[in-house]
Amino acid sequence: MTQTRTRPTTEPERPKPTAATAMRLIVPLQGVVQGRGGLILGSLIPCALFYFLQFYLKRHRSPNPSSDPPSPSTPSSNLADLPRTSSRSNLSSRGSFGPVRVSSRAGSLAKADDSTYYIGLNKVKEDPYHRTNNPNGIIQLGLSENTLCLDLIEKWVSENLTDSIMGSDGGDLSISGIAAYKPFDGMTEMKVAMASFMSRVIGKAVSFDPSQIVLTAGATPAIEILSFCLADHGNAFLVPTPYYPGFDRDIRSRTGVELIPVHCRSTDNFVFSITALDQAFNQARKRGLKVRAILICNPANPVGNILPRETLYDVLDFAREKNIHIICDEIYGGSIFGSEEFVSMAEILESEEVDKDRVHIIYGLSKDLSLPGFRAGVIYSYNDSVLAAAKKLTRFSSMSTLTQRLLISMLSDTRFTQEYFETNKRRVKEIYDSFVAGLKQLGIRCSESNAGLYCWADMSALIPTYSEKGELELWDKLLNIAKINVTPGSACHCIEPGWFRCCFATLSQEDIPVVIERIQKIAETCKSPS
Amino acid sequence: MAIEIEQPSSVELSKVAVSETHGENSPYFAGWKAYDEDPYHESNNPSGVIQMGLAENQVSFDLLEEYSEQHSEAFTWGKGAPGFRENALFQDYHGLQSFREAMASFMEQIRGGRAKFDPDRVVLTAGATAANELLTFILADPGDALLVPTPYYPGFDRDLRWRTGVKIVPIHCDSSNNFQITPQALEAAYKEAEAMNKKVRGVLITNPSNPLGATIQRSVLEEILDFVTHKNIHLVSDEIYSGSAFSSSEFISIEEILESRKYKNSERVHIVYSLSKDLGLPGFRVGTIYSYNDKVVTTARRMSSFTLISSQTQHLLASMLSNKKFTENYIKTNRERLRKRYEMIIQGLKNAGIECLKGNAGLFCWMNLSPLLEEQTREGELALWDSMLHEVKLNISPGSSCHCSEPGWFRVCFANMSEQTLEIALKRIHDFMQQRERQRKPISSQ
Repeated sequence: MTQTRTRPTTEPERPKPTAATAMRLIVPLQGVVQGRGGLILGSLIPCALFYFLQFYLKRHRSPNPSSDPPSPSTPSSNLADLPRTSSRSNLSSRGSFGPVRVSSRAGSLAKADDSTYYIGLNKVKEDPYHRTNNPNGIIQLGLSENTLCLDLIEKWVSENLTDSIMGSDGGDLSISGIAAYKPFDGMTEMKVAMASFMSRVIGKAVSFDPSQIVLTAGATPAIEILSFCLADHGNAFLVPTPYYPGFDRDIRSRTGVELIPVHCRSTDNFVFSITALDQAFNQARKRGLKVRAILICNPANPVGNILPRETLYDVLDFAREKNIHIICDEIYGGSIFGSEEFVSMAEILESEEVDKDRVHIIYGLSKDLSLPGFRAGVIYSYNDSVLAAAKKLTRFSSMSTLTQRLLISMLSDTRFTQEYFETNKRRVKEIYDSFVAGLKQLGIRCSESNAGLYCWADMSALIPTYSEKGELELWDKLLNIAKINVTPGSACHCIEPGWFRCCFATLSQEDIPVVIERIQKIAETCKSPS
Repeated sequence: MAIEIEQPSSVELSKVAVSETHGENSPYFAGWKAYDEDPYHESNNPSGVIQMGLAENQVSFDLLEEYSEQHSEAFTWGKGAPGFRENALFQDYHGLQSFREAMASFMEQIRGGRAKFDPDRVVLTAGATAANELLTFILADPGDALLVPTPYYPGFDRDLRWRTGVKIVPIHCDSSNNFQITPQALEAAYKEAEAMNKKVRGVLITNPSNPLGATIQRSVLEEILDFVTHKNIHLVSDEIYSGSAFSSSEFISIEEILESRKYKNSERVHIVYSLSKDLGLPGFRVGTIYSYNDKVVTTARRMSSFTLISSQTQHLLASMLSNKKFTENYIKTNRERLRKRYEMIIQGLKNAGIECLKGNAGLFCWMNLSPLLEEQTREGELALWDSMLHEVKLNISPGSSCHCSEPGWFRVCFANMSEQTLEIALKRIHDFMQQRERQRKPISSQ
């Protein structure tokens, strides 16, 4: 059986909002004209019409990149795959699913792959670059992963993973011990090991309390579970842009929580201001949206900057004033390669007497320890009620006890984790430096970053028009002609066109010149005559 | 002068977070709490509460341990750990091909080779709990309804309803026909949902049944399939206990019915499976959705990002489940041991004067204590349950937490303990029944 890949090319039968609204107004209007309803309706209806018009205009404010047909010289193009309206929240689709119906939640998820982020990832899967086996394949710069220190983990595994660990010697951690039902939010030993590891990741005297840890099958469900705990369907989170494209699907698809972008600019190095947060909060309120939390990423993705201490204090003040939660995604907390100091929310909360009930930290081992397959995520909360609810929800996304057993040993090996941190920092910095220097030679500047597995590159000089449309044209050329997959800023909701996230931590030094050369070819054809 | 201290307004949580739909304040879970506080232990706490409310399979652990001794390379990645790198990075929601193939083949083996499963229709989830919730998200919208025959697994109230916002409308079954599902009951449930203005999106059956401990008969499966086809709704068949049928031939999978109908109208059918019961590996979190509907497969795959199985676990189980010698021996031995346990508990209960529903599968039996009830009501049942928990020190699950329409039935698990512990539990029941007899006599002699 072959799975059908759904690539929406044209929009399915979707009723135009104006038509539906209009119909609902015309009928009572007839009544007014015929003398029924009179003055009241006569004044109410125009007001209602005006209100609906405002409402409609507000919701359709985001620019509308029309997907022009690709130029004849491109071998293939993904521009036609993109939806006609950008960043539109899911409308229920009337697509044909055969005789028996699936839910509208399923309907929207079936179309999930229409973001450039996912299209790019899928394209690489079809034709992945390999230095020797497939040198003309697509080079993956769109997946934020780190393969630079897997050799260290391999070594640890081959030296340490003996029978005694994997359990043929009986006892609590033998196979019959770990095979049984264990607390869904993680075994105590695992929480203890994780708490201690998180302290070491920060590298300062900040301690994490194992009893405030809830373990999940990866950071993806961690953030969804937290969203379910903090917000109802139809509520909203404020999210500074640019942000990780995955949030759109991970947070919105099943919770029904809306993400409100808080736009940041390059002039501020993409750090949000409290004024901007305030404005976004007030606008949301006018739209009748209840904001329940602000979601920040520190270190930031895709920009790679570390939030200054002051900003963290400001966010705490803001959240307290508005009485909302703070979700702080610190999944890159151990991926600092620059010299700037990383301040975790945990550090601030440890020293300050602030009300902690509103602060929740997300963590995981996918980035800092290169183990995305093992599914190890953390919700760290200071709120007992949130912990209680989140614990119960982990039954839907639990860490495998087999993996917990392995990680307990690995994370507790402080000598190993120390060596890993030091080596990783060094290797990531080396690749980062080479990659950024390579881009610089092409006249492509990257924003200042000290962390993460990616850089945030300004390719606005290469885009034909300073717009989302222009950016997507460049993205398409990079993907299909240069055959490198990078993530365009529009997928991250960046308000300034031309920025691209380039992940470099899966590259070796030898790959970098190949990447730069491919970009150069495009750059040469793209430079607009100034 | 009094100093006013401004109390910070506490920050609110969501309705989901504060809802009671998780059900953990029900007797089903209250019993677990009592056990946690005073757990039975052979030597350390011989008068503690014996846990008979947890459907866990511990009778075949020795086979797993034997496997792990003989195949330690499946638990690691071999000398020098080749393949580790790829495994550690693998987070594709399609799952490891080798594991899906091994899972499909294991499911076929359990059905004695009478069924065929296509690895490309296997969607992986971290446990059957996640599988059932995921399917509910996909098949129904908030406010819609699923029809579920009673008595049913108490966890469904939470798993199918909590985050999804979907309702459960019960299909009432009773002891008059051994709690079998009838077309009349199906129709009545459908009408009940309609009367409440709820759109019915599907029927969810558990086969073999939890808590009945019995397989569903072929004719009943045919009727259910006809019903869902006629109403144009889905059918979810939770076959999590399929490997725990005491005799392989007595379990009929919905797949066999579909095959006999040449897969006509099969795109409404979805099977849930897991290794938690049959293989005794609940901690590993391994569940699957097997769907005959392409759209559901695609969507379920994407949604499974929230509940992926650790690639390390997939790697191990791909080896374990493709080892035909191991799986054949395991399946056969496991069935045999469960059957023996079942016979032991049935006999023991009989000696104590207690009847059970005739069962042929699962890790529990469905015990009838209605003769003991002071009043034939839910309150009467809970009073008896309370005595069992606090006097007899046995945690058993009251039928009311399974939404059983007749009071007095209890689910008793027998596979999550050693034989010795089961003996002790049976003795306690025996003593309890004898004591009750003695208490009655003074009244009747007046």
